[in-house]
Amino acid sequence: MTHFLIRRIFWAIFLFFVATIITYLIFWVIPANPAQLAAGHAASPEFLASIKHRLHLDQPIWVQYYYFLENLVVHGSLGRSFLTQQSVDSIIGKDAPVTASLVFGGAILWLSLSIPAGILSALRPRSIMDRITMTFVLIGISAHPVWIGLILSFVFGYKLGFTPIAGYCNFWPGAPGAQCEGPAQWAYHMILPWITFMILFAALYVRLVRASVMETMSEDYVRTARAKGASQGRVMIQHVLRNSLLPVVTILGMDLGLALGGAIFTETVFNLPGLGNQVIRAYNANDLPIITGVVVFSTCCVIAFNFIVDVTYGFLDPRIRLNN
Amino acid sequence: MSSLTVTDLNTSFRTDDGVVKAVSGVSFSLEEGHTLGVVGESGSGKSVTFLSVMGLLDPRQAQISGSVLLDGEELLGATPARLRQLRGRRIGMIFQDPMTSLNPVKSIGWQLDEAVLIHHDVSRKEARRRSVEILKQVEIPRAEQRIDDYPHQFSGGMRQRVMIAMALINNPTMLIADEPTTALDVTTQAQILRLMKDLQDEYKMAIVMITHDLGVVAELADDVIVMYGGKVVEQANVNDLFVKPEMPYTWGLLGSLPRLNSTSTRLDQIPGQPPSLLNPPSGCPFHPRCEFVMDICRKELPDLEASVQGVDHHFRCHLDEEARARIWNQKRAALATEETAA
Repeated sequence: MTHFLIRRIFWAIFLFFVATIITYLIFWVIPANPAQLAAGHAASPEFLASIKHRLHLDQPIWVQYYYFLENLVVHGSLGRSFLTQQSVDSIIGKDAPVTASLVFGGAILWLSLSIPAGILSALRPRSIMDRITMTFVLIGISAHPVWIGLILSFVFGYKLGFTPIAGYCNFWPGAPGAQCEGPAQWAYHMILPWITFMILFAALYVRLVRASVMETMSEDYVRTARAKGASQGRVMIQHVLRNSLLPVVTILGMDLGLALGGAIFTETVFNLPGLGNQVIRAYNANDLPIITGVVVFSTCCVIAFNFIVDVTYGFLDPRIRLNN
Repeated sequence: MSSLTVTDLNTSFRTDDGVVKAVSGVSFSLEEGHTLGVVGESGSGKSVTFLSVMGLLDPRQAQISGSVLLDGEELLGATPARLRQLRGRRIGMIFQDPMTSLNPVKSIGWQLDEAVLIHHDVSRKEARRRSVEILKQVEIPRAEQRIDDYPHQFSGGMRQRVMIAMALINNPTMLIADEPTTALDVTTQAQILRLMKDLQDEYKMAIVMITHDLGVVAELADDVIVMYGGKVVEQANVNDLFVKPEMPYTWGLLGSLPRLNSTSTRLDQIPGQPPSLLNPPSGCPFHPRCEFVMDICRKELPDLEASVQGVDHHFRCHLDEEARARIWNQKRAALATEETAA
């Protein structure tokens, strides 16, 4: 176990460097002038130069990267926004719960839809049910979340008025200046974003679960269970399910990281103040510290998800547990 | 007195390419305490025959007709619930590959307990007591400690012992063993066969031994059926079959047995491939590979004919008695000279 942990930590450090260096390289390649944006159009050359100096933009890119590392290691801080001088830590701390609401709520929704649907499809392949499900899968995979989001927002939010068109409410009441708050309002505002966000994944997971269940059902040990006289229900629950969900757990760990990227579209359509929206704004303003901060945060999330999946996997599959 | 009587069993599968007749017109019977050897190549229909008997084929894909009587009770057309009561309780089954036949994520104790709990209304503790007891009977060392281990912690031979234990835990009257030793190394094979023989003596159960190994048949079986292309091509008492096999496929099987004291450097083999069940050859299914093929073999399937050697010895072949006797005598002589020359 310690061996496994040490390997994990080294891998995390390696990933951290790769992700941040790539972010800095991209920033260095694109022709940008964040100091101008920060100083305003009418700024005098002297003022611009002083801003450049303060933001270390007059230094070579590797020196800038060194300052970033120093800041992180010595002060435990991701720095300040070029544009607003706000601390990146507090920006991420404010925006991450919004994205987390979207990603985890969506994940719970897509899993609770796709696992039963995948199992039912696998039990009766080529049935009407299966064909209808597979048609929805095809639509879900093909349609872009921005399009789905706009359609849903137009139909259910604007035309029918069932849901809000856009916007976000805090789950925990008490934030100053909030227009709405509390779990009920939060969920009410998240309904359409969740649906938009989860459709692609639900479609992919129905297909994954269906294939995995069908494969497991043709395993020799399932035949053994039936030869013992086990009922169909017992065979499914005790012998097929756990084995067929093993690959789903693996993929879920990878997809939760990927989903952070997919969240950008949904957040834009529904104007959710999450990390995706923040990163787009930062990109337009060439606000490197915010971009790097979000990259670092996302990398940590992906590493954490993968770690959780590995631990869960060891719990689900005794072969992994004992080989450690 | 328990018995299994199968009459005119036909099993076909609907596939995208057409109907596959996997088993056609198979009949045999098996008495308590006896062992039936079922021999044939892969795809000869031997496994499908017994999956049909057990009701383990998907009814949406497989069409089964004929009659399967277990102690006088018709199993074809029995309700799924009734078949579940019989499976694992009256008929136990073990399979070819012990590596994949046990659930990898459940301990063997759990899987043994499950077999008890499905059929008996007993406590978990009582089920566990029976599980430990049966593991001891199949000679798993330190059964009490090992019962909570997972399948991957056992060797192939030990896993097959666990499979046997699981099939026998409810004291069935019949055990169907589908190539139980094929995936094991030779010394382990011998141990498993001896174990099955001992358990049969103890429990007086009937055994169906599905195999492609005539050595296993000679060791264990009382009666033998030889299957080819989904059909029974020869059936006999084991002694009669080895004394006077009556058709070319059986001769081929006997000739391809490896012998330690043989001088020939290569094994005899039956040329060609097993027949396609989707487009079976016309007439006798063996005719494309038969060295004694005649015109009639391509047109007509020979009936099951009674042999002069032994009672209830039947075979399918168009060759006449004189020709069969002459060819077998030559073959036997050739095999004997190989052995004595060594």
